[in-house]
Parts: sequence; C-alpha cells; structure tokens
Amino acid sequence: MERLKVNLCGTELDNPVIPASGTFGFGYEFAELYDINILGTFSFKGTTKEPRFGNPTPRIAECTSGMINAVGLQNPGVDKVISEELPKLKAVFHKKVMANVSGFSVEDYAYTCEKLDREEQIGWFEVNVSCPNVHGGGMSFGTDPDSAAKVTKAVRSVTSKPVIIKLSPNVTDIISIAKACEAAGADGISLINTLLGMRIDLKTKRPVIANKTGGFSGPAILPVALRMVYQAASAVKIPVVGMGGVSCAEDVIEMMLAGATAVQIGAANLVNPFACKEIIENLPRVMDKYGINNIKDIIGGAVNG
Amino acid sequence: MKQELFTVKENTPVAKDVYKIILAGNTDEIKAPGQFVNISLDGFYLRRPISVCDCEEGKLTLIYKAVGRGTEYMTSLENGARLNILTGLGNGYDMTKSGDCPVLIGGGVGVPPLYLLAKKLIEQGKKPSAVLGFNSACDVFYEEEFKTLGVKTAVVTADGSYGAKGFVTDILNDFDYSFFYACGPEPMFRAIAKTAKTPGQYSFEERMGCGFGACMGCSCKTLTGNKRICKEGPVMESGEIIWKD
Repeated sequence: MERLKVNLCGTELDNPVIPASGTFGFGYEFAELYDINILGTFSFKGTTKEPRFGNPTPRIAECTSGMINAVGLQNPGVDKVISEELPKLKAVFHKKVMANVSGFSVEDYAYTCEKLDREEQIGWFEVNVSCPNVHGGGMSFGTDPDSAAKVTKAVRSVTSKPVIIKLSPNVTDIISIAKACEAAGADGISLINTLLGMRIDLKTKRPVIANKTGGFSGPAILPVALRMVYQAASAVKIPVVGMGGVSCAEDVIEMMLAGATAVQIGAANLVNPFACKEIIENLPRVMDKYGINNIKDIIGGAVNG
Repeated sequence: MKQELFTVKENTPVAKDVYKIILAGNTDEIKAPGQFVNISLDGFYLRRPISVCDCEEGKLTLIYKAVGRGTEYMTSLENGARLNILTGLGNGYDMTKSGDCPVLIGGGVGVPPLYLLAKKLIEQGKKPSAVLGFNSACDVFYEEEFKTLGVKTAVVTADGSYGAKGFVTDILNDFDYSFFYACGPEPMFRAIAKTAKTPGQYSFEERMGCGFGACMGCSCKTLTGNKRICKEGPVMESGEIIWKD
C-alpha cells in the first residue's frame, strides 16, 4: 500500500512498523503466527562478538502498564548468528533485516559489524550503545557524547550499510549525544532504549530482578519516548527511529508526528504476539480518521508546525 | 501456539488459596500433558502462565494458587467472563519414556499437570502411581481425582496434619517405578535428584515475559545447552539439569 511507505536511510519500507530488538528474537516464533514479510523490517536480537548467556533469572518483573527486563544481551554470538540464525531467517523473511549489535569495547562493535557487513540480508545496522543490563559496556557508550561518537566512527568505517545508533534515555542531555552521533557519521538514530528501573518483592524484601535493576518498557514510557524523540528530531537532520511504549496504530502516528521516520514496537509483541500485524492493518483506518493521506507527510509534523 | 478466547464456566476453591477454573474454548493446540497456557488479565500488563491440569475437547481445566495480585484478581473472575489465552505453550512431558509403571511426583501447585499426564498414561495402558506432597491438610487437593482414575496415590504433608508426615522423597522408594515425572518447587527436585532410582523429567517454573520464546526472560543453562523454560521447557530431563546451590 503506497500510502504507508517510508524511506529509512535510502531503503524504502512498505510501512514504518519495525519490531524492536530483543522482543522478536530472529523472527521464527512470530513467523509461526503470521507472515512476517508484512513488516517494514525488524531489528534482530542484539548480537555480540562472543556468545552470551546473559544475566541470572529472574530477569522479568511486571509493572503498571509495563515491564522490566534484565536479559543481559543473551545471544549465540556473531559467528553463530551468521552460520545458523540468518540462513533460518532467510526461509521466513525475504526483506532486508536490521542487525542490532552490541559490544563491550569500541573494537567489539567494529569487529561484529565488519563480520555482519558481508551478509546481504542485512539492510541496516542498529548499534546499541544503550543496554542498561550489562556492566562495562552497553549504556556506558551511550551516556557520553564522545564515547557515542567513537563507536559511531568505528562502525561507520567498517561498513557501507546505513548505521543507526540506538540511544539511551538515561541521560541528562539527549540532544548533545544525538548531535555527536550525527557529526561522527551516523545515518540515523533510534530511541528510546529502556528506562532504568527496579521492583522490590514485598515477601522477600529484595529486588525482584536478580540483576537488581533492569530496563523499563511498555505503554507507561510512551510520553517519555515522545518527548525525547521530539527533542532529538528537532536537533538532527538524519532520520530518527522512534520507540518506547508504542502499542497501537495511534501511537505510531503520534511517534511520527514527534519526528520519527519509522517506529519500533517492543514490549507490545511480548504480551500480544499479533501486535505488529494489528498495527499495520489498523494504520489506514486510523490515518483516514485523522485526515492523513500519506504517512510520510506527517513525519515531524509536531516539530515543524 | 494459538491465541484463543475462552469463557469461564467455573472458578472455585479446592484448597487454601488454590482454585480450579474451568474454561470453554478451542483446546486443539494443547498436544501434551505438562504444557501451559498464558492468560491475559484486565489491568495486568504481563500474561499469567498456568499449567494445564485437564483438557478435553473444548474444555480446559486449570488449577492456580492466588500468590500475587494477578492470581488474586483471577479468583474474582465470574462465570461467563471472557479470557484471551495463548494455548499450547512449552514442550510437555515425554510419555514415550515412561516404562510400564512410572511414578508422578507432585508438590503443592505442581500437582495439576500430573493429573492430565496420569490420564494420558492410563489411556496408553500404563500403570502410573502418584506421590503428592503438601505443606498441611488445608493445602491438599486432587487426591480423590487421582484415585478415581485408578492411580495408586499417596499423600504426605510436611506437618503431618494429613497423610504421612514428611516429604515426597521419604516415601518415593516405597513404590516400584520405571521412570519419574515431577512438578513442584525446586528444593523438592533437588531432593528427588538425590533419592530417585531411575531417570525422570522435571517441569520447571520461572518468571516469564512472553511465554513463547521471544524475550529470553526465562533462560536457563543445562548440560545440553541454553534453554528457554517457556519454549524448550518447561519439562527437562533429569540428566541435563545443572542444579543451582
């Protein structure tokens, strides 16, 4: 459908709906339920240089209108992603996929992206400098403009594919970090990753999550996400991928009005495995309701207006 | 996995804080005893995973304990209430390993999935027996239901207020068994691991995000690699488990 198409860093998407990394695995669980080729694309499970088991359990806690996770980047490592996950994905997903990459040093990021750069299934890199659940890496790169710029430059130099930097909301000044990534050669930015949070079990009187803290996501964080996407989109010229609590077609439109070129759906996939399918199906009706003819016309509508 | 709408037909207490809920809806996707369903509840963000106690065509029986706000809310569901449920989750018990006379070992709200297992084993001509452990007399449920199936059933309580006093492992080896199937708390599993004379299978529990393998929230390490309790589990082989201290 022509009216849903958007262009993300030079590649046309059939629609702006992208399942977010860590909530969609490598796609197979959802491919059993519906044809995932209806998606704009999806961002696969965060991949690191070495295999990782991640954090001890419990890794999950419920919140009002949301959840906390502290998975800790469990993944089979870049070599197995290339040898096992991508060939399996090819059977069920025929579009370009977004490769989500994480690391514990600048060199890690560059190593993993360089290996994945050879894979023609990959259309974009989403470089996660904002994981709140690992120590000595992840979020520490995304909370400081200089570090974020260093990772951006390192990845930029090893791939010809578009590089999108995924930013953390756990910062005092998102604008300086977004600008630093843009100046370092990023083709886009995506935000927000999860908000650092905690729950405490009244019976044990200890944090619910074994890692003590985790990343808060779900509908409760949508207003924070909208505010930060709006701020970032106002400050940079590169495309912004918006996410954080998006659960329905109306939320997608709101996020695009805040400045997002495409929109990721995260926690919603976990509680409603059909969330993205329903959003894509509902978008035309909701666009009609609000007099939107072509979805790309509303990108940044609330910013420029 | 399928997403289905179910209607509440009955929701009644069977022991202290333990309820039986009978639901009408499409149960086609439930293929093996030991599988679970994941229930969406109004006002709660995450679904509640509950193991299948019994399943006939169009009729699903679950037994749950009110342990937190979500399950407490479940106790208030009235007949006719509609529930969005993901069905047919997890691997379930492997009945091909049972031998002729497997023993089913249940602890507390770990007992329910063993009921459907007993039924299916009997259908296959096997002779299962059951050892059911509870804390106290007020916690005991489903003894009669197991006996009605024709299962030789022994109940123990930790405080001795019903049946023999002690733990399931105190009487496990009074039975002659070909294999074991267990569901209950992990301390019970560790005791079984030290006591059992045969291999067996355990059904594990963990806090889950999605319940269908997408979020990696319930991963565990095993001797045969990392597994998701919701997807490659909840049932695991006795020989592959790495016991936590």
